[in-house]
Amino acid sequence: MIKFTNVFKAFPKGGLALKDVTFHIAKGEFVFLTGHSGAGKSTVLKLVFAEEPVTSGEVRVSGFNVAELRRKDVPMLRRRLGIVFQDFRLLEDRTAEENVAFALEVTGARRSTIPARVMRVLTQVGLAAKAQAYPRELSGGEQQRVAIARALVNEPTVLLADEPTGNLDERATRGVFQLLRDINASGTAVVMATHDLDLVRQAPYRVIELQEGALVYDSVVDEPRDQAASP
Amino acid sequence: MNLTIREALLAFRRAPLLSALSVTTIAFSLFVVGLFGLVAVNLQDALRGVAERVEIVAYLLPGTPIETITLAEKDIEAFPEVQSAVYVSEDSALTRARGELVEFRDVLQELERNPLPASIELKLRPRFRDAQHVNEVADRLRGFGFVDDVRFGRDWVEKLDRLRQVAAAVGLVVGAAFAVVAIIIIGTTIRMAVLQRSREIAIMRLVGATDGFIRRPFLLQGAIKGLLGGLVAMGLAYGAYTLINRWFFSHAQALAIIGFGTLIGLFGSAASVGRHLKRV
Repeated sequence: MIKFTNVFKAFPKGGLALKDVTFHIAKGEFVFLTGHSGAGKSTVLKLVFAEEPVTSGEVRVSGFNVAELRRKDVPMLRRRLGIVFQDFRLLEDRTAEENVAFALEVTGARRSTIPARVMRVLTQVGLAAKAQAYPRELSGGEQQRVAIARALVNEPTVLLADEPTGNLDERATRGVFQLLRDINASGTAVVMATHDLDLVRQAPYRVIELQEGALVYDSVVDEPRDQAASP
Repeated sequence: MNLTIREALLAFRRAPLLSALSVTTIAFSLFVVGLFGLVAVNLQDALRGVAERVEIVAYLLPGTPIETITLAEKDIEAFPEVQSAVYVSEDSALTRARGELVEFRDVLQELERNPLPASIELKLRPRFRDAQHVNEVADRLRGFGFVDDVRFGRDWVEKLDRLRQVAAAVGLVVGAAFAVVAIIIIGTTIRMAVLQRSREIAIMRLVGATDGFIRRPFLLQGAIKGLLGGLVAMGLAYGAYTLINRWFFSHAQALAIIGFGTLIGLFGSAASVGRHLKRV
């Protein structure tokens, strides 16, 4: 599904963002990507969705060889992925429904199928009642749910979430995290970058930890350890 | 495709102020270019009117047989430069003089002998109405044995020549400068529209939109702005025309300016979006 083999990523101005990172995430897995800010969590995700070029090594995502992907094939890769960010990235001048539909429209989905598919994912994230609301009328947690619905509407095989709870209060965090777990339970792989160790401890999922660009711990490979000791 | 149209029109609704600004900027830029074009068109027209009066007169020796003259007239009319050659006899020259020179009517009435020579009056075809061709034709006319003298107002023709050259050069340089300035200004406003929507572009890319899909609404929008700008510019130019009340653009010229606006909008947007996409 997602396979990094000896991946290096150089910063444009010198130095390494990732140093010899190797891991494999299987279909349907839930993986936490942890580490301090600047440890390379976001960089890993950016390489997965081809936002940044790979400096060396091999990155394979759902059948795509990302390091050798041509620019025109990047959209095809992204249609297989759902991507969620800390800052939601919704279009402010479109309703929740329109924001979600947008992701279908850009892929050239059949117009007649769009409303039903949009309503289905909005229901899934628990926002069917607020389909007509604009982002400014929604709470942070609700906006993140819209973003998740948008990520899901193309039925991705993997959902990438970069600090999805970073801007949310505790209650909203729990709700969004539960939603991600539900999504995973229905078969979608989830890769969640976070530095919220409380969340990490709550669930029995795999943990990959990065430190200064190097993979220092992978719970499926390394000995289990006292998670309280990790940063 | 209808999604492209919807997105393009949506942009007008979402950013009405910026859209109006773009259209106005395009309109005024094109208006300035158009106004200059209007001046150039008027000037060309005025010069053409003046050039029409470029005339060569060959005065004939008295007593030249009419048959010779008729033959020569045919020859002269066959010159490639010549539009028309008209024989004016001594009598008709006198009649015309009486009609035109009213002040001298009495003098002319009392003449015992007609002092005016017969002549052949030549008009040249439009593209030969310059000093060089006028001189050449005059020289050829002097070659006819019965031609006494050839007159054409040398200084005047040369001045007209210079005027035309200056007008053309100034028109070209100033027109090009105006056009370049217009393109730069229009390009900047279009760039603003793209930057204003850079967040939206980023999100579109994120959810898997192709570059072409992102570009199309911008192109359409740019073309529409250019078209509207061109129409407004034409309206302004027409207003200016009713004020100065001279020559207006032909339909083709008006369409060319509107088309120019549309193309600037289209290619300006293409360049802006292309540059933006290349960087993200």
